[in-house]
Amino acid sequence: MARLSLDHVTKSFADFDAVKDVSIDVADGEFLAVLGPSGCGKTTLLRLVAGFEKVTSGEIRIGSDVVSNSGGSVAPEKRRVGIVFQNYALWPHMTVAENIGYSLKVAKLDKAVARQKVEDALALVNLQGLGERGPANLSGGQRQRVALARCLVAAPSLVLFDEPLANLDVHLRASMEDEFSAFHKRTGTTIVYITHDQAEAMALADRIAVMDHGRLAQLATPRELYHEPANEMVASFISQGILLPADVLTGEEGGHCKVRVLGTELVVRCRPGQRPRAGAKICCRSADLDVSPDGPGFDGIVKRVIYQGGGARIEFAPAAGPDLTLHFEQPDPVVLDSGAQARLRIKSGWLIPAGTAS
Amino acid sequence: MSTRIRESRGQEMALTAAVAVVIVLLSLLPMLRLVKEIVAPGGTVSDVAIKAGLASPATWIATWHTLVVGIGGTLLAVLSGTLVAVLVSLTDIRGRGALVLCYVMPLMIAPQVTALAWLQLFGPASPFLKLFGAAPPLGTKNPLYSTSGIILLLGVQYGPLVFLLVRAGLRKLPRELVEAARAGGAGWFTVLVTIVLPLMTPSIMAAAALAFVSCVGNFGIPAFLGIPANYLVLPTLIYQKLAGGGPAVLGETAFLSVLIGVIAMAGILAQEVMSRRRDYRISSTSLPAEPYELGRWRAVVQAGMWLLIVLVLFLPLFGLVLTSLVPGYGIALTAKTATLDNYRFVLFEHDAANRAFFNSFWLSIAAAFFAVVVAVPVGYLIAWGKQRWVRLLNLSVELPYALPGVVLAIASLLLFLRPIPLTGIQLYNTVWIILYAYLARFLVLALRPTISGYHQIDRALEEAAQVAGAGLFTRLRTIVFPLVAPAAIAGGLLIFMTALSELTVSALLWSSGSETIGVVMFSFEQGGDSNYAAAMSVITVAVTFVLMLVTNLLAPYLPSGVLPWRD
Repeated sequence: MARLSLDHVTKSFADFDAVKDVSIDVADGEFLAVLGPSGCGKTTLLRLVAGFEKVTSGEIRIGSDVVSNSGGSVAPEKRRVGIVFQNYALWPHMTVAENIGYSLKVAKLDKAVARQKVEDALALVNLQGLGERGPANLSGGQRQRVALARCLVAAPSLVLFDEPLANLDVHLRASMEDEFSAFHKRTGTTIVYITHDQAEAMALADRIAVMDHGRLAQLATPRELYHEPANEMVASFISQGILLPADVLTGEEGGHCKVRVLGTELVVRCRPGQRPRAGAKICCRSADLDVSPDGPGFDGIVKRVIYQGGGARIEFAPAAGPDLTLHFEQPDPVVLDSGAQARLRIKSGWLIPAGTAS
Repeated sequence: MSTRIRESRGQEMALTAAVAVVIVLLSLLPMLRLVKEIVAPGGTVSDVAIKAGLASPATWIATWHTLVVGIGGTLLAVLSGTLVAVLVSLTDIRGRGALVLCYVMPLMIAPQVTALAWLQLFGPASPFLKLFGAAPPLGTKNPLYSTSGIILLLGVQYGPLVFLLVRAGLRKLPRELVEAARAGGAGWFTVLVTIVLPLMTPSIMAAAALAFVSCVGNFGIPAFLGIPANYLVLPTLIYQKLAGGGPAVLGETAFLSVLIGVIAMAGILAQEVMSRRRDYRISSTSLPAEPYELGRWRAVVQAGMWLLIVLVLFLPLFGLVLTSLVPGYGIALTAKTATLDNYRFVLFEHDAANRAFFNSFWLSIAAAFFAVVVAVPVGYLIAWGKQRWVRLLNLSVELPYALPGVVLAIASLLLFLRPIPLTGIQLYNTVWIILYAYLARFLVLALRPTISGYHQIDRALEEAAQVAGAGLFTRLRTIVFPLVAPAAIAGGLLIFMTALSELTVSALLWSSGSETIGVVMFSFEQGGDSNYAAAMSVITVAVTFVLMLVTNLLAPYLPSGVLPWRD
C-alpha cells in the first residue's frame, strides 16, 4: 500500500493533449474515483499511472519512488500495481488458478507457497473450487472476480480499476459494487477507480476527481461535488445541475450571499470571500425548485412533461430567459400540462465561485 | 402468387446451379477421377496400383526425402517467419512498411526463380562471386545441390507465408492481455514466452500446416536443386517418371500423387489436433499492444533485419541479374563482357521461349479473368448464402489449391487423356488442359479476397436494391459487383502473378507448342543455359514487380490483408 501523487502531469499525443497539467494526491488506503465523460482523458491517466504510457511532462510518484517523469519511466512490471481491466483480460490458454498465480510464477515464488496464495485469493473472492476451470466457462461476474483475485495475489501497492463494471448487467453491477467496497475495507489498498458512471463513483469513492478535456475539473468528496461544484462543468455534469445566470448583490457573509436570478432576489450558499459582481452563475438542483402559484418567484411556460411513473419530470422555460431550461420532478398527481403557464420559486442554490467559468 | 414466388426463386436457383456446375467440374471431378484411378484402375476395384506403388523402393526413398525437406523447410520457415513477425509487430522497429514489402517479396517470386537465383549466387560460375574472385573453381559441386540446400530455400520461400499468418494473429492480440501480464511483474521476454506465443499457437500451427503443404508439394526448388544431385522427392519423382514413360505410367504416378496428398492432409490434421488442445479463443477486441521499446538494441535489430533481407532477396536477385548479363557459362562479368544478348535471344529468337511468353501471358490473363467472374457469385453464396452446404462449397474450392499442384496435374491428365465423351474434344497435349488446371487451382486465390470483401460490405446495400425491385442478377451486376470488384480484381492480379511463372502444373501438362515460361526456364536450366533462364526470370520478376505496384493503386478500396506485401 502506498500513496500516489501526480504532479503537473501532462500527456500529449502528437498535437493533442490527452491529459493536461493534472495534479492529484491519493492518500495511502484512499479510494479515489476518476470520473468524466468519454474522451476526457481518464483512461490515459490510468495508463500513465500503470506505466503503459510515458508522461510528456510532470511527475508521478508511488509511495516515495518517482516512477515517471519527463526523464524516464519505470517499466510497468516493476511498479507493483494491480489492474482490473474492463474486459477482464483473462488469458484464455490458462486455467483460473494459472491466471491468478501468474505473477507469483513470474516472481519465482516457491510452488507450495504460491498454491496456497492462489487458494487464499480464490477464497477471498468466493470462487473456491473453480481453480481448474477455463476462463471461457465462467460467468461475467465470476470473470470479474478472477481478475480481482489475480491483481490481489501479488499484494500490489496500488490497484487500478478501468471501468470494471461497464460490461456487467445492472443487477450484477450492484452486487459487484458491494464487493469492491467490502474488498477495500478489508484490504485497505489504495485504489484508483476509473468510471463514467456517477452513481458508481459516488457510492464507492472517498474522493472523486472529475476530468474534463484532459484537465482536472474538481477533486473533492462526493458530497462536496454535489453541493459545492467548483465550476460550471462539474455543476452541470454532476446530477444534471441547472445553471442560471445571476448577479451577486452582496458580499459573502456566513457562507451565504444575496443574488438576483431571473428578476427575483434570493439567498444562496457560496464560498468564503465572494464579492458582488455581475454575470455570475448559480447552480441549483431540481429539488431546489418549487411550484408556487401565488408566492414569490418567476413566471414561465411548461415546455414538456415526461411521465416517469409515480411522478413526472417537468421542463420549464422562464419568461425572463426563454432559452433556459429548468427541470424538476412533480409527484403524482401531476397537474401541469405542456404549454401551461406556471410560477416557480428557487428555494436555494450554490454560487459558482468567481474566476472558474469554463 | 405462387408464380411470383417461383419467379423470385428462379434466379437464385439458376445462380446456385451454375455455381455448383463450375465447382463440380473444377474441383470434385478431378479429385474423384484420381481416387478412381487408385481404387479401381481400369474400371474394376483392385489394390494393384497401391501394391505396385508400395513395392517400389523409389517410392519409399522419395517419400522419405519429401518428409525430410518438408519438415526441415517448415521448421525453418516457422522459426524465421515467427521471429520476423514478432519483431515487426511487437517492437518499435522503424521502416515497417519497407521491411514487410521486402520480406514478403520472395513469396511473389516463383520457387524455380528463387532456386535459379540462389544457384547463380553460389555456383562455380557465379558472376557475383567472380566479382571478388571468390568463386569456387569450375567443376566444383554447387553447395546448394543438397538436402540442406533444398531445406534452406524452402525456408526462404515460405518464411513469408508464416510471417503473414502470425502477423495477422498478433494484430488481433488485445493489449490488455499483454498489459495484465506486465502489471503482474512479467518482463517483456517473459510476456512473449508465457502469453504472446502460447496465444499465437493457432496462428503458428495454421502457418506451419500451410508451409508444410507448400514445402511437400513444391516442385521448382527440388527440381532445380535436387535432380542434379539425384535427390528425388515425390513431385520430382512423378515428373521424371512421366517424362520418361509418358501416359503408360500414369497409374503409377497417380498413386504417388495421392501419396503426396495424404502427406499434406496429415500435416493439416496434425495442426487441427494441436490447436484444439487448449482454449486459445480471444474473446475481446481492443487496440494492439504498445510496441516494445528496443532502446539501444533497436539499431542492432534493424541492421539484422535488413541484413536478412539483403541475404534472402537482394543478393539472389542481384546474382540473377548478373547471370542474365553474362554471355556464357563461367565467363566473368566486366564492362566489356556485359551483354543484353540473352534477353534478345529469349524474347525474339528462340521459338519455344517466344511461344512460352505468349502462352503464359494469355493463360494467366484467362485464368485471372475467369476467376474474377466466378468468384463474385461463388463468394456471394458463401458469404451471404444461408444454405448449410456452402461450407462444403468453400472447402471444395480450397481443395485443388490446398493439395500440392502435382496432384491436380495428374488428376487433369487422367481426366483428359482420352477425348471428352460425347463431344470428342481432345484437351490432352494442348494448351487447354493447362488452362483447365490453372482455373481449378487458382480460383481460390480470387475467392478468398472476394469473400473478405463481402464481409466488409453492409448487406443492407443489397437489400435496399432488392426493396427497390431489382432481381438477383440485376443486383449482382449493378450493386454487388461494383462493391466487391476491387477485392475480386486484386485477387485476379494475384492469380496473374502466380500463374505467369508457374511451373509445377505445367511441367507435367505441357506439350510441344504449349510451353509456359516456367517450362522453358526449366529446360534452359537443365540444358545448362542458365543465362537464358536467368534472363527469362528477370523479365518475369520485373513484370511481377510492376504488377505489384499497379495493384497497390487498388489498396485504398481493399479489405486489409488482401495484398500480402502491404503492411
